[in-house]
Amino acid sequence: MYRIDFNKLRFLVSDDNPHMRRILRTLLHSFGAREVYESEDGATALEMFSHYVPDIVITDWAMPIFDGLELAQMIRQPDSNGNPYAPIIMLTGHSEKRRVTLARDAGVTEFLAKPISAKGLHQRIMNVVTNPRPFIKTKNYFGPDRRRNVNNSYVGPERRTGTKADIMQQPSLMDKARMPG
Amino acid sequence: MMAKPKPPAPQIQAYADHHVITQPNPLRHAVRYVDDKEADDPVARAEQALADLSGEFDNWMQEECDRLAAAHGTILKDGFTPSARDELFRAAHDIKGDAATFGYAAAGAAADSLCRIIEHAPDIAAVPANLIAHHVQAIQAIVREQTSIDRIGVAETLSAHLRNIADDYLKAVNHDRPEHLEAILAPSIVPGE
Repeated sequence: MYRIDFNKLRFLVSDDNPHMRRILRTLLHSFGAREVYESEDGATALEMFSHYVPDIVITDWAMPIFDGLELAQMIRQPDSNGNPYAPIIMLTGHSEKRRVTLARDAGVTEFLAKPISAKGLHQRIMNVVTNPRPFIKTKNYFGPDRRRNVNNSYVGPERRTGTKADIMQQPSLMDKARMPG
Repeated sequence: MMAKPKPPAPQIQAYADHHVITQPNPLRHAVRYVDDKEADDPVARAEQALADLSGEFDNWMQEECDRLAAAHGTILKDGFTPSARDELFRAAHDIKGDAATFGYAAAGAAADSLCRIIEHAPDIAAVPANLIAHHVQAIQAIVREQTSIDRIGVAETLSAHLRNIADDYLKAVNHDRPEHLEAILAPSIVPGE
């Protein structure tokens, strides 16, 4: 079985709620992480992202200044000097399907609905570390491949052209969001 | 700060209207194969750490409640300014996300209902003041009286009742806003909600 050496990973946690940051820090340190940087708003998170170059970003959605969705969009700038490929785990109290779709389209890698659990967080981290998805760059999207299922019958304007679909079989972000946090 | 290995160069395949960019796993250095019998269980360790932290949860929940009450107090005094509305939403939203972890799941359900009102009411200033006040008071009561009312299921009943009233209100005021109506009626993605 595979294990993650958390002490080799650098995390950035962004959440405006100090209690949630403390819980996340406790969980990550218990997993074995040593480098956990924290911010309480999206703007500081972006600054820390550029400075510390974290391996994994864990962000809340609702935050002051700019929120977790905007943070994801700013990280996913293909020509930026930072690491636009960094996995982003959106940890949020939002629990509507529409939100999962918005997060996916902003380039979020994994979605974890609160209430948080050690198992749910560990599972998401394990997935982004061991199963990174290829990135797709189109005119209006840059982020992890959003296709997780084969749907040959789709003929709409969003269909990519130029090749047979190269699909990684994975549960959809929606199915994963439904997994217990 | 620990020095990091240089990330491997990505491979780029160009197609008619998109690029597929594949990076050799940049986090591979953190993955190792271990024997199935290895006793170390990071999840169990983290759950234990969370249990050790749980002595703080009652105080934290009280702080979240105080923040919600303060946000509501500002609205009663100054009305629904954009910043007051945002603060009430964030306070309720935090309780929605945290309360179950802190052992106050029913307070989280009532906070969820309040979030839905703030998010989906077409005119927040036109929402009956009592509807918002009853949510805030219910959350405070559930937290304050946790040990006495939780035992007999009053907290869950109260939250469910508030949710029904809020949903009826939201369905009525959003009858001509299909995108909101769809969101209101859609099932939650969180199991058990």
